[in-house]
Amino acid sequence: MKEIALHILDIAQNSLAARARRLEITLAEEGETLTLTIADNGKGMSPELLATVSDPFTTTRTTRKMGLGLPLLRLAAEQTGGALSIESALGVGTTVTARFGAAHIDCPPVGDMAGTITLLLQGAPEVELTYTHQVEERRFTLSTRELREELGEEISLAEPEVILWIRDYLQEQEALLRENKGMKA
Amino acid sequence: MKSLAELRAIRERMEKQIDLRESNDDRIRVVVGMATCGIAAGARPVLNAFLEEVNKRDLKNVTVSQTGCIGVCRLEPIVEIYVPGQEKVTYVKMTPDKVASIVSEHLVNGRVVEEYTIGAAE
Repeated sequence: MKEIALHILDIAQNSLAARARRLEITLAEEGETLTLTIADNGKGMSPELLATVSDPFTTTRTTRKMGLGLPLLRLAAEQTGGALSIESALGVGTTVTARFGAAHIDCPPVGDMAGTITLLLQGAPEVELTYTHQVEERRFTLSTRELREELGEEISLAEPEVILWIRDYLQEQEALLRENKGMKA
Repeated sequence: MKSLAELRAIRERMEKQIDLRESNDDRIRVVVGMATCGIAAGARPVLNAFLEEVNKRDLKNVTVSQTGCIGVCRLEPIVEIYVPGQEKVTYVKMTPDKVASIVSEHLVNGRVVEEYTIGAAE
């Protein structure tokens, strides 16, 4: 996993597999800390599963006794002097928080967030997604509720024309954030 | 700068053509493996390339979708193509630059691109 955005794509699939209807993805870059939060209202985990979930030999998959999504994210965060924490309750949902030391040499780049969010929506166009990216004091938010207000309920967000529009829109917004970060540095 | 209002124009355009779409049974399905293994191997740009090609060529009978681990992680990114009435075709070690020829040859002209299939790789 070369980008934080790829971890997000991977971990958010767990939320969708847990039948989340709502998904909140937040990326906050402040000073030398980058904090990633993925919160869902899926089925949640039992305390027993929660205790072992970032062990690679824990998985809900039935084909093999291994799952690497959360262990890889934990490793990536801890390598930068950060940490991973997971809160979860059955029937309520799960929140995964990863803190990265942004100035650490092993901190992966944020990467293509537009590509990640686009593909999440393409795979689960009915999910209510809020994505916020903050860089210092600037931020932007994409909310599928706002998109649907313009688009109506009839047309799926997964329609190629719509999903590519969303990707281009996000690319513009991400580029603006980067520009501002560059100016500050 | 893009604004959300542009979605309204897309909506109006699509509502007019919504009944031109073929029913679900005779659609071609393109399925990309998007588990940890697929993502780490580069499935995201491959899926994006399929979306772009399908949109550019305005292929109304093609659905692009995602699935979990297909089971041969060492050959990821893997793409499966289901043409109704035909056997499934599995493309392996996919890259974005292989996508255009698969779309034009396989999806449009119905000719499997043998050199990219799992049969050729094994």
